[in-house]
Amino acid sequence: MVQDKSLALDPKRRIRHSSRAFDVVNCTLLVIFTLLIAVPVWNIVVASFSASGSTGGLALVPDKFTLDNYKAVFTDGGMWNALLISVAKTAVGVVAHTLFCALFAYPMSKAYLKGRKLYSAMGIITMFFGGGMIPTFLLIKSLGLLDTFWVYIIPALFSYYDVIILMNFFRQIPESLIESAKIDGASEWRVFSSIILPLSMPGLATIGLFHGVAQWNDFMTTKLYVNNEQLYPLQMRLYNIIMQSQAASENGNMASAVLDTTTRGVRLSTIIITIVPILVLYPLVQRYFVGGTMLGAVKG
Amino acid sequence: MAVAEQRASLGVRFARWWQGFFYQWQLQIMVLPGIIFMIIFNYIPIYGLVLAFKNYTVVDTIGDAPWIGLDNFKIILGDSYFWDSVVNTLGISVIKLVLGFILPIILAVMIYEVPWKPFKKIVQTITYLPHFFSWIILGGMLISWLSSNGLLNSTLHVFGIDAGANYLLDADKYWGIASLSDVWKEAGWGTILYLATMAGIDQSLYEAAELDGASKIKRIWHITLPGISNMITLNLILSVSGILNSNLDQTLVLMNSQNQSKAEVINSYVYRMGMTQGDFSYATAVGLGISIISAILLVVTNAVTKKINDNQSVL
Repeated sequence: MVQDKSLALDPKRRIRHSSRAFDVVNCTLLVIFTLLIAVPVWNIVVASFSASGSTGGLALVPDKFTLDNYKAVFTDGGMWNALLISVAKTAVGVVAHTLFCALFAYPMSKAYLKGRKLYSAMGIITMFFGGGMIPTFLLIKSLGLLDTFWVYIIPALFSYYDVIILMNFFRQIPESLIESAKIDGASEWRVFSSIILPLSMPGLATIGLFHGVAQWNDFMTTKLYVNNEQLYPLQMRLYNIIMQSQAASENGNMASAVLDTTTRGVRLSTIIITIVPILVLYPLVQRYFVGGTMLGAVKG
Repeated sequence: MAVAEQRASLGVRFARWWQGFFYQWQLQIMVLPGIIFMIIFNYIPIYGLVLAFKNYTVVDTIGDAPWIGLDNFKIILGDSYFWDSVVNTLGISVIKLVLGFILPIILAVMIYEVPWKPFKKIVQTITYLPHFFSWIILGGMLISWLSSNGLLNSTLHVFGIDAGANYLLDADKYWGIASLSDVWKEAGWGTILYLATMAGIDQSLYEAAELDGASKIKRIWHITLPGISNMITLNLILSVSGILNSNLDQTLVLMNSQNQSKAEVINSYVYRMGMTQGDFSYATAVGLGISIISAILLVVTNAVTKKINDNQSVL
C-alpha cells in the first residue's frame, strides 16, 4: 500500500514502472517476430540434413542426421559447373561493374566538368524510364549477347544509382590532394587510379557488395537470355530442380509423391548451398549495406 | 566582367565552352564509356518502345515493321486474360501495400525502443537476412513449408487443426501467399530508413516529454512518428504508385497449373505473350501502357500528399 502511494506521488517513478511493462511487451513481440523469420529458415537447414525418408514437418533437429543429400548434389557434374558459373559471373561482374561506375563517377564528381548537367540528366532519366522486357531482349539479341557468358556482365556494367553513391564518396576527398598531384605532373588517369580509388575503398566495397549480391541472386538474365545449360548459374539450376518437383506434386499421384520425397533432399540442400555464400559474407554486407542504402536514399 | 560575359556574342561563348571542354579532354574521355553505355543499353530500348505502335514480326527490324497506330492498345482493352492479370496484380498489391507499408513502421518503432543494444543487434541481423535471399531460394523454401507435410501443416497439427493440403495448389490462397511472403521477406529491411531517420531525432525532446509525464506510447505518438513522417509519406507515395508493379521472379517460381488463374500478374503476362508466344509488339504495348499508368499514379499521389502536407512535397 505504501509502495502504491509513493508511485502515485512521484510521476517519474510511474513512468519508469510503466516503461518497464512496455519494454517487456515490446521485446516479447520482437522475439516472436524474429522467431517467425529464424525458425522456418532453420527448418530448411535441418531438413536438408535429414534422411530422405523423413517427412520434414516441425523438426528443429535433424531426423536421422545424414550428409547424403549433399553428397547426391555434389556427385552431379552439372552442380559444379553451375557453381563455377555463379562464382565467375559474380567475381567478374563485381570488379567490372565497380570500376566502370567509378570511372564515370570521378569526372561527374567535379562541378566544373563541361556538359555535366546533360550527363546527369541522361543518368537520372535511366533511373525512371526503360524500354522494358521486349525491347531490351531485342537489343541483347542484335548485339549477339544471347547464350554468351558476357550477357551476365556487359548489360550490368553500369547503374546510375551506384554512380550517385560513388560521387558522394569521391567528393569527400580533399581537392588539395588532387591539385598537388596535378602540380607534380599527374594526369587525370593517374589521379583516378593512384589517389581516388585507394582512398574510396569503403565506397567501392559498398558498390561491390551491392552488385555481388545482385549478381549471385540474379536469375532473370539466365531465364531471358540463356538457353545453353553449360552457362546456367546456381539460381537457374535451383529453379529447374524446383520446377521438376512442382510438376511432380501437381500430378498428385502416388508415384510422383514418392519422386517428390526423393528429390526433396536434393532441392533443400541445393537451396542451402545457394545461400551459404551470402551467409558467409553477410556480416560484411550488413555493415556496408546499411550505410550504403542510407547514402543512396538520403543524397540520391 | 559579368556584363562583358553577357555581351559576348553567342559564337564567342560557344568557342569558350569548347575550349574548356577540350582543356579537360582527359575527364571527358573518362565519361565517354558511361555515355556510350547509356545510349546503347538504356536509350535504344526506350526507342524500341515504338514497337507498341507497330506490327513486328521476327523477319523485320524495328525500323522496317509497319505502323499500326493504336491497334495493339485496342486489342488490350478487350483482352480478358490481360484484365485477369490486372485483377491479380491489384489483389496481391493491395494486401502487400497495407501490410508491407505499416509493418516496417511498427517494427522500426519497436526496435528503436529496445534499451539493450545486443538484443537490438540480434533482432536487426535476423530480420534483415531474408532481404538477401533471391526469390528462387524463397520460392523453394515456400514450396517446402506449404507442402502437405511441411512446416505449416505440422504446426497447425500441433494446435489440433488438420488441413493437410498443399497450399500452393489452392488458387484461392495464392494472393495471400504471394503478398505475405513478400512482406515476410522485406519487413525487416524496410525498417532501415526509418531507423536512420529516428537516429536524427533530438533526444532532448524525449527528456522534456518524460519530465512532463508523457507515457512511452505518447512519446512515440508525438515525437517518434512525427520525426519520421516525411519518410512515411515518401514510402506511401512509392508504394501507391507501384501498385501495378508485379514480381516476375516470384510469380515464375510459385505459379503452377493449379493456381495460374490467380497467380498470373501483369509482368508474367508480358513475359508469356512476348517471350513464350513471340508476340513482341503486343507484349511491348502492355508493358508501355502499365508504365504510363504507373507514372500518372506517381504524379497524382504526390499531388494528393502535397495537398495534405500543407503544400510540402517530399519528392
